[in-house]
Amino acid sequence: MAIAVTSARPAPADDDTPRVIVSRGSRSDVVFRNALRLAGLSSFVITAMILVFLIFRSLWAFRADGFSFLTKQNWVFTGNEFGVGGVLPDTLAIAAMASVISIPVALATAIFISEYAPPGMRRGLIAVIDLMAAIPSIVYALWGRFFLMPRVIGVMGWISRHVSWFPPFKLTVQPSASSFVGSPAIAAMVVSLMAIPIITSLSREVFSQAPQGEREAAYALGSTRWGMVRTVVVPFGRGGATGAAMLGIGRALGETIAVYMIINTIYSFNWHVLESGGNSIAAMIAGLWNSASANQLSALMAAGLVLFAITLTFNSLAALIISRSRSGAATQD
Amino acid sequence: MTTIGSSSRPVGSDQLPSVGDVPIRLSKVASEDVLTVLGAATGSLGLTWVLYERVLPLSGAFGFWLTWYLVFVILYLAAASLQWSWLVVRDRMTAVLVSSGGIFACVVVADQIGYSFVKGLAAIKHANFWTTTMANVSATSPLTVGGMLHAAVGSLEQLALATLFSVPLGITAAVFLAEVGGRLERPVRTIINAMTALPSIIAGLFIYALAVLALGIPESGLAAALAISIIMLPTVTRASEVVLQVVPGTLREASFALGASHWRTVMRVILPTARSGLTTAVVLAMARGFGETAPVLLTAGFSPYMNTTPFHGWQATLPTYIWYSVLITGQYPNYVSRAFGAGFTLMLVVVVLFTIARVIGGGRPGELSKRQIRKLRREAARS
Repeated sequence: MAIAVTSARPAPADDDTPRVIVSRGSRSDVVFRNALRLAGLSSFVITAMILVFLIFRSLWAFRADGFSFLTKQNWVFTGNEFGVGGVLPDTLAIAAMASVISIPVALATAIFISEYAPPGMRRGLIAVIDLMAAIPSIVYALWGRFFLMPRVIGVMGWISRHVSWFPPFKLTVQPSASSFVGSPAIAAMVVSLMAIPIITSLSREVFSQAPQGEREAAYALGSTRWGMVRTVVVPFGRGGATGAAMLGIGRALGETIAVYMIINTIYSFNWHVLESGGNSIAAMIAGLWNSASANQLSALMAAGLVLFAITLTFNSLAALIISRSRSGAATQD
Repeated sequence: MTTIGSSSRPVGSDQLPSVGDVPIRLSKVASEDVLTVLGAATGSLGLTWVLYERVLPLSGAFGFWLTWYLVFVILYLAAASLQWSWLVVRDRMTAVLVSSGGIFACVVVADQIGYSFVKGLAAIKHANFWTTTMANVSATSPLTVGGMLHAAVGSLEQLALATLFSVPLGITAAVFLAEVGGRLERPVRTIINAMTALPSIIAGLFIYALAVLALGIPESGLAAALAISIIMLPTVTRASEVVLQVVPGTLREASFALGASHWRTVMRVILPTARSGLTTAVVLAMARGFGETAPVLLTAGFSPYMNTTPFHGWQATLPTYIWYSVLITGQYPNYVSRAFGAGFTLMLVVVVLFTIARVIGGGRPGELSKRQIRKLRREAARS
């Protein structure tokens, strides 16, 4: 039988210092705990290995170009010049547009599920949101390419004609049906569908933790339901919701399949988002890795490193905001 | 009015509510709310139908429904401000807006499933879709030839391997976070959360660099399983940790009080108690890993032939089957139908896994199912 050994050394005679109590587990306990620590450290090891290998393999590209790798706009296939300067802004633009669509919708859905939905419907809605998160991204990509793209072109044409005072919505080519196909805007619409369930489920958890006493106090003071939500739930959940939104943006940044299947691949920055042509780092890697020479592969790994750094920054920032907020302190992470 | 201690008085007409009293409505939705919503919706439908293609120069089904929704919101605002005070109007407006969010989510899910089914029906209804591979199928073959059996087998094998790699490690890491903790706990938890942010293609790139280029593991189902397990690991760890934390601390303390070591406590008390929640966590991670495309693309190649061994040779999976059907051979409509059929199969498996997770993991830790309760009663009656 394994017994823990606890011993307390007697305190010195006139000393006011507390006793030192040492509790050492039996040998099997020590072995067990160290084995668990090893398993916990494995996550460190895996992440460190990913970083090390990516850095190692991408050294060539960074050594060749230095920091201009980040700003150069051309990705020449035959030569040795590579730069993500053309692809990185489009990655950010797609993620930004996807957030503009997904964050309001997701927050509205989260408020609906936690505040407005009848209790019987709540479990079903949570299951629906979880299912929406589990749908493979390639199914969304198929739907976006074959269902959404032909049908959304009419609206995009209208926007390009009537909202052209906003520079990104202008068209530089003559508008025709094919000038909108494969544009960053459509890719952003599909990516937003993938970000919505992530933001919704996390925000819903946070909103439902708002203290019951404060809610009842708002009602007691005569507020309507929306007044209660506005003054109690939203300020409570602000940190968690911000963190959730950033996690959604992180998902949108790393989305590969949907962007690749929809967008018409080019390698320079297209900031007329309604117009055909665009790219994202992840989609570029997916498209080029097969036919890449050794140098190209190194450049692709460098691009992957840049992407990983960006998503890591976003997620760490999100975790920081969540943990520092009032709602984050209530939930466990 | 009756007072305490008064003599009994029969319930008579003086106790019925007088004409001026209105009974208090306890439900949240009144008929006037429902009618206002319905009125605004149908009015908007009519107005949009009249204005849409005939008067305004707009076109397309998507634009129609978008316009319908915007006009609906405007009409609802107008109808509400006619009936109620501004405070109530604001409350009702936000209720309508957030409800549309909820309805939107349901519509999206139903649309995904329905659209895959409808577009893939031409391929699904043939039995050969489920039982044959794409060997000897040419670009113009009809839908009565060719199927996705090889992709399904590849997906299942890679999922099994990935589960084998990631689940023991993930649950052990979760036990570490829940049981041992200490100074390592916060860094490890931060790292696990950071790993959930890993774009799946980076995982594929990493395994490609490590396993294929450095270690020499061939491009095969095994490499893809390694990549998928990297994606599954943080999901398993996080979900399991949440489940393990819900196990009551009194159980653990009781086990220690009876003299069990930490190892025996975890293996005999905590893990069995949390078994249903852990199964849910594993099944949810499996659902996530099943649909991964990007890492498998990079590490397992693609093949139209059946390859039942994941240890060497290229292997197709359902997502890469869809990828190649649409992007390489997408100009042939039969391939597109097959791709949608495979998409529907993907969705079916994910929904089945989800239902299993919900059914298994519904109870709290330690809660016995009805069958287990009956079994216990039987044993108690026998002894």
